[in-house]
Amino acid sequence: MTKKFVLGIYDDEDVLLQAIENVRAAGTKIYEVFSPYPIHGIDDVLGIKRSRLPIVAFLCGLFGMCFALWMQIWMLGFDWPMIIGGKPHIALPAFIPVTFELTVLCSAFGMVITFFIVTKLKPSIKVNVFDKRSTDDKYVMAIEVKEGVTDISALNNLLRSNGAIEVNEKEVIK
Amino acid sequence: MQHVSPIREPLVTGGKTYHDITEDVCRQVEAKPNARWAAALAVALVGLAIFIYSTYRTLWFGIGEWGLNKTVGWAWDITNFVWWVGIGHAGTLISAILLLFRQKWRTSINRAAEAMTIFAVICAAMFPVLHMGRPWLAYWVLPLPNTFGSLWVNFNSPLLWDVFAISTYFSVSLVFWYIGLIPDFATIRDRATGPIARRAYAVLSMGWTGSAKAWSRHETVSLILAGLCTPLVLSVHTIVSMDFATSVIPGWHTTIFPPYFVAGAIFSGFAMVLTLMIITRKTFKLEDYITLEHVESMNKVIILTGSIVGVAYITEFFIAWYSGVEYEQYAFINRATGPYWWAYWSMMTCNVITPQLFWFRSIRRSLTATFIISIFVNIGMWFERFVIIVTSLHRDFLPSSWAMFSPTIIDIGVYVGTIGLFFTLFLLFAKFFPVINMFEVKAILKSSSEVKHHPNDAMHGTNKDSHTNTHP
Repeated sequence: MTKKFVLGIYDDEDVLLQAIENVRAAGTKIYEVFSPYPIHGIDDVLGIKRSRLPIVAFLCGLFGMCFALWMQIWMLGFDWPMIIGGKPHIALPAFIPVTFELTVLCSAFGMVITFFIVTKLKPSIKVNVFDKRSTDDKYVMAIEVKEGVTDISALNNLLRSNGAIEVNEKEVIK
Repeated sequence: MQHVSPIREPLVTGGKTYHDITEDVCRQVEAKPNARWAAALAVALVGLAIFIYSTYRTLWFGIGEWGLNKTVGWAWDITNFVWWVGIGHAGTLISAILLLFRQKWRTSINRAAEAMTIFAVICAAMFPVLHMGRPWLAYWVLPLPNTFGSLWVNFNSPLLWDVFAISTYFSVSLVFWYIGLIPDFATIRDRATGPIARRAYAVLSMGWTGSAKAWSRHETVSLILAGLCTPLVLSVHTIVSMDFATSVIPGWHTTIFPPYFVAGAIFSGFAMVLTLMIITRKTFKLEDYITLEHVESMNKVIILTGSIVGVAYITEFFIAWYSGVEYEQYAFINRATGPYWWAYWSMMTCNVITPQLFWFRSIRRSLTATFIISIFVNIGMWFERFVIIVTSLHRDFLPSSWAMFSPTIIDIGVYVGTIGLFFTLFLLFAKFFPVINMFEVKAILKSSSEVKHHPNDAMHGTNKDSHTNTHP
């Protein structure tokens, strides 16, 4: 199935932010905005909710901490207790460094793996970039054209009147 | 948009546009290798060959190839290990701690500094592994069931903490670095003309498109990783210092070690960043991105950490006297006046005296002076670890077992070899990866760049109004 998109190309972030607000106010749904770097304030105008990845990081860290404590206490305290330097079998202060390291390790990897999954990032040769300039110096606003709509001049006017330097059409095979 | 004071110096000079940044950074990735780079790589490969040969000798004949003896059981190997790990710390400081402090000048140097971290930790890891004597049993350091050959590992030992600290540090730094590289790989991918380059960078960029949602998550992930790396980097050198501090050797058994080692690590790391950056900006013509302002900022970090290190040296000496313990006192008198006095005074000169020259603004902003002093600091910090390790060991409790350490050619070979390994990796990185974080520099361009269209404004950071004119 092919999907048709109208792409508004912008070359200034402030113009783009204003355009996003105006386009949304006009009742047009924005499919996605692509930019070469993170733009401050774009989340608010696009209505992107705050990412929940910090919660993932916290939970993974919590798991790492519990796992590390369990591992050390079980190994040295229960499975094979040894007297080391006359210290107690379960010498908690000495377990802090390893516990800390595993907390950080699990937290970081858990969060990053989740980030890759939810953002659908995976190694692949195929690339679905709408306009290659969006990783260089241009901002691209993509609006999906509803099925059956052939005349896009209204969208074209909307984007151009809001500062787009170019408006292109793009068909994507899904 | 953030407000930037007009008295701030611009972080990007030369009136660059977004496209210029892409061009300037991608140029050396796309161009054929230049002669200077090839020559440097040839030298680095010679170093790598020395490393391979020395490692082969160490593995085949055992660590008897090194100059260690019964009294001095740790010498160059652990000195080099601590030296390399310390160098790595600056990369994390720049990318994580300065991100949390919202220091914009980090953006153009963080990529290369993080790469330095990763390569330095690789070099560092070689030493404890080689020192094991039987590295093919290196997996015994992992907590594996008794049937694998060893008992459960000893979680009370700082040496084991090191295993966890260094491996966590390495893997988390690698991930942090890679997360930052993904958008820049996408930029290179979208410009690539050759089929191999396009495919290779497509795989590396993991299909990044730069959508607003992805950027939002990317920023969150970067911030949380910075928050995790900050205590991590402090923990790593703390644990490295505990390898010494938890033992009962006079000269090692001191509570000052963790902060003193962390400050020393950042100190030596910044020196190495400066050494590398001064060469890189020249070789790849990146003077507009790595400006004198950047060099000066790093030099300020060097004064701060160098002074902390100096105070630590003096405090150590004072406490040795004040403790009233004659063994402790002897260890320190022996450092300064014993047979290794030259190492102690090299350390004092290079680490305490030379960085104080940076109080002069003209020296802080002189590339030649900075380069020379950065080399001095690298040397001084190597001697610091040598002094701590060898002078504390070589005269122990029984005068009959007092000994001197002298390195063999293999000791020297492994050390010089890791420098070759480091530069081989760094040069490959500099050729095939974007050495400057393009997207972060683009993100600060509007607020912190020099704008050419305003001659009166040219030497100042610019404010919002002047930008509106240049970016209509």
